[in-house]
Amino acid sequence: MCSGRVDLKFILRAFLNGLDGVLIGACKLNECNYVTHGNYDALGNTYLFKKIMERIGLNPERLRIEFMSGADGNLLAEVTNDFVKQVKALGPLGKSEGLDEKSLKSKLEAVNKLVPYIKLVERERLRVPVKSKEAYHQFFNGDEANRLFDELIGDKLSISQILLLLRESPLSTGKISEMLGLNPSEVSKHMNSSSRHGFVRYDESQKCYALA
Amino acid sequence: MTFTEVDGVEGEAGDFNVTLTKKPRYIIEDKCTGCTTCLKYCPVEYPDQFNQEISKNKAVHVYFSQAIPLVAYIDESCLYLKEKKCLICESVCQAGAIDLKQTKKKIEINVAAVILSSGIEPYDPKVKDEYGYGKMQNVVTSMDYERLLSSTGPYSGVVLRGSDKKHPKKIAWIQCVGSRRVTPGDNSYCSGVCCTYTQKQVILTKDHEAGAECTIFHNDIRSHGKDFERYFQRAEQLPGVEFIRSYASIAREIPESRNVVVRYATADDGVKEKEFDMVVLSVGLNPPADNKKLADKFGIELDSHGFCKTKHSNPMATTRHGVFVSGAFQGPTDIPESVFTASGAGVQCGELLDYRRGNLAKERIYPPERDVSEENPRIGVFVCHCGANISSVVNVPSAVDYALTLPNVVYAQQQLFSCATNSAKEITDLAKEKGLNRVVIAACSPRTLEPLFRDTLREAGLNQYYCEMANIREHCSWVHSKQKDEATAKAKDIIRMSVARACYLAPLQEFDLPVNKAALVVGGGIAGLTCALSIANQGHEVYLVEKDKYLGGTARRIYSTLEGMDVQAYLKDMIRAVYKNPLIHVFHEAAITDVSGYVGNFVTTVVTEGRVKEIKHGASVIAIGADVHKPAEYLYGEDDRVMTHLELEESIAKGDENVINAECLVMIQCVGCRNNDRNYCSRVCCSHAVKNALRLKEKNPAMDIHVLFRDMRTYGLREDFYREASEKNVKFIRYEPEDKPLVEAAVAEGKPVLRVTVTDPILGVKLAIDADILSLAAAVIPSASTMEVAGLFKVTLSPDDFFKEAHVKLKPVEFAADGVYLCGMAHYPKHITETISQAYGAAGRVLTLLSKDTVVASGSVCEVTDDDCVSCGACITACTYGAIAFRDTPNGRKAWVNPILCKGDGVCNAKCPTNAIVLKHFTDDALMSQIDAAMPSFN
Repeated sequence: MCSGRVDLKFILRAFLNGLDGVLIGACKLNECNYVTHGNYDALGNTYLFKKIMERIGLNPERLRIEFMSGADGNLLAEVTNDFVKQVKALGPLGKSEGLDEKSLKSKLEAVNKLVPYIKLVERERLRVPVKSKEAYHQFFNGDEANRLFDELIGDKLSISQILLLLRESPLSTGKISEMLGLNPSEVSKHMNSSSRHGFVRYDESQKCYALA
Repeated sequence: MTFTEVDGVEGEAGDFNVTLTKKPRYIIEDKCTGCTTCLKYCPVEYPDQFNQEISKNKAVHVYFSQAIPLVAYIDESCLYLKEKKCLICESVCQAGAIDLKQTKKKIEINVAAVILSSGIEPYDPKVKDEYGYGKMQNVVTSMDYERLLSSTGPYSGVVLRGSDKKHPKKIAWIQCVGSRRVTPGDNSYCSGVCCTYTQKQVILTKDHEAGAECTIFHNDIRSHGKDFERYFQRAEQLPGVEFIRSYASIAREIPESRNVVVRYATADDGVKEKEFDMVVLSVGLNPPADNKKLADKFGIELDSHGFCKTKHSNPMATTRHGVFVSGAFQGPTDIPESVFTASGAGVQCGELLDYRRGNLAKERIYPPERDVSEENPRIGVFVCHCGANISSVVNVPSAVDYALTLPNVVYAQQQLFSCATNSAKEITDLAKEKGLNRVVIAACSPRTLEPLFRDTLREAGLNQYYCEMANIREHCSWVHSKQKDEATAKAKDIIRMSVARACYLAPLQEFDLPVNKAALVVGGGIAGLTCALSIANQGHEVYLVEKDKYLGGTARRIYSTLEGMDVQAYLKDMIRAVYKNPLIHVFHEAAITDVSGYVGNFVTTVVTEGRVKEIKHGASVIAIGADVHKPAEYLYGEDDRVMTHLELEESIAKGDENVINAECLVMIQCVGCRNNDRNYCSRVCCSHAVKNALRLKEKNPAMDIHVLFRDMRTYGLREDFYREASEKNVKFIRYEPEDKPLVEAAVAEGKPVLRVTVTDPILGVKLAIDADILSLAAAVIPSASTMEVAGLFKVTLSPDDFFKEAHVKLKPVEFAADGVYLCGMAHYPKHITETISQAYGAAGRVLTLLSKDTVVASGSVCEVTDDDCVSCGACITACTYGAIAFRDTPNGRKAWVNPILCKGDGVCNAKCPTNAIVLKHFTDDALMSQIDAAMPSFN
């Protein structure tokens, strides 16, 4: 099993289970003993997941990937100690980010629902053609990747979160934006498109949106 | 047999009597588990030899952390051995492995063949005062520096100076220390590996310390290895890295700072000095220290440098029949060459012993496997003390009690050493007695002992994939030795996770595929011929496919090697041997149109001389060679006096008077490579130029010969010929790629000449040389049929379009695709001797496959659930082995995994949007259950 086997779902499951940090250990880049070089896939997924974390209000520093060989026992210990220290400083997941347990779960669930879609989008639009650490760094920190992420995943993530909220009770645009920390115009944009798609309906009498 | 020396070798090939002396290790190897408890208690510290004596180790210790066998030995610094005191190790060793009464043992063995792989000795710069090594604390050798960089090194991977244990910020490397010099104490040859290892050290240094300033004082940069040119560029382009072409010497040490001053000279500035925090001497390779004794014992001869004397036509053969040599005892060699000469020496033992192959082999028989698929999980947990390794930190009895509380665990117990033979037997017996259907071993890393425990399950009639290991040693007791309570809690967590996963383990079948005993060799050049002959000499049929009318390949145009081997005579002998061998079937004017199948069972369609043949074979060797670049510059093709080095060689051999009687001849190196189009070095051209120059000087000593070069890459023992050419007044002039030589037709003193203008880097002026003949070092380029062949055999290419081996260092003759092998220039440009070595090496790998009746495919491979597959193809593009393809099913097109090609990396799983593709043994369910169990309180 290669580090490239580490699925977005695994990372998500760890956070859903309330773990405060996830460390992915992978072989050294460009030193694959096969021709797989799957650690680059793990690296790509890590960058992607960090973006998702940012988007749902979690500190992306809770996820880390480190590359080391079987002979790097000291490095593993060093990295683990450092990461534990860092995560302890960040405090418990959700609470430290000002999210209560319920909304944390709801946000992570929203991501979980999108995983199949994210995988498709990653393959089509968010894969880095050149296998080098620098190229990955540049791509995922570049404007183009941010634009693509917002366009392809960010909006979907917002809508997914909104729909999960509406499952509980109908809500007004203002309330939604307050609960998700999104700006109201963005929320109404999503509500417009979602009602066009027939996911939600506007309840005139209560002045709020409900699931269709 | 480690710690053992050879005293003598008597007899002859097929029947050697070898006397050995096994030195006392003072440790009973069978009992030692490598736990290193003794090391903790041993009171004696002495310089750690593995770490270049920079740090300390104990009198009893394991030589290094990855030693094989992983057992300790006791050094002569031991107090008991010296003064009959101490014996602490004996009392702390729970395995009872210490035996201080051991003495030297003489052992006699009877063997049929001998392989010498004694390696090299690093050059010792202490032999010369000028390097300051041993006197200045901040002058280290590259071997010292290698250990400093290593995470298992003296300072755990932190680079520190000897004088003040501070981080050096300014580091210099001095190249060619002990190499390429004829002064006493130095070696005249080039060590061949130092340029690139220095670049590696520079890259690692910058990884360790981004702000480090690295300066490399070098002569020619010899990046002649595969992908080395790119590697050099990577190092050179790092910020703060400077390569300076200059001889350099250690001027002095500054007493206050202990910094080291290096003196060097450049063409622009003359002699200069620069101060560094640390200086690394890039030391070369010496023959093994006891080479003369070695030669006497084995009855072999050495060459003038003290390396093993070998035949040019067979670099693995020593002067004694039945004694072979591999690796750097042949002369300076890099890792890939060492690996393929090792395989090549092995295959020649096979040729020698073919008539009695398999006589000593015994088949192992296991009890029939019990079907437990209908049973609920019944898990047994065995928690290992590992002597005191685990139990001195983790409370093992408490972990056992805890395991018993876990769901589905029906039995748990502790063991002193789970890996000991009696413990393994205990696991087998208890599994039967208690009706266990899954076993969790809480002990060490699965890397070393999982095969043993899987075997234990098989002995109990259980499927081996029902074994699960919980690593409570490397991941727990070893890293938390001071936190016993937390370590015990963590061990419980790890066991709980393994138990959770064990419930989801499924019985998997490893299937045996029959192996067709024939081989297909593509390409009838020296590589293909050598490989085919070696395979056929061991009783296997070989189909040799050649696209041309004649066998021989590029070698047909080469008349001698630099070392003087008569290539045409050799080729003639080889070709005759191939035609005479009844097991080799040669197809001329052949083209492969289709390849199907997989390891052990290929079917290849060949069109040969108008007929279509279908060949069934178990192994394939790609040996299609390379082509010569046709230069588009320097008037090549426009003027008859301009030729390539190969054409020049042909002219010399044929006695072309225009060439031999030329007054002045110019050679231009690096034509068509080491540029943007082909970013690699063709490796052979520098030696080729020297060879042609020497042959011309033999025939016409008065000829004025100029070689215009960028870096002379006459690596290894070829350096001597470069020096000989220089001594015979062949003029070598270096040019920069930005300022290439210019060639024009001109008339001088009424004679038509080729006027070559080049900048002399030392004089700094343009020289105009009027030549009668111009010879170009045209690049070696991938064969025109490379793409086609790669597509047919589903193998991949390197960035420069040579075939890509499975691993550049460790698997240089194999492809990632099983059953397909590689040798010769199809892999990368190389000299004839190197091609012969690699061809034998490939034959060795082929024989490893063909000598078996079956190949075993792992059970842990991917499988697609048709109903979930949406035919998106994400898995297909993720697979680097071409193991997944679409297949039509009654429910439409679905992805399908060929389990024989799948390597079980599981990258496809993480790409599949619908979880349709599943890596068996590492399923989502199994891994998710582990993640869930990591934090049981939450659920």
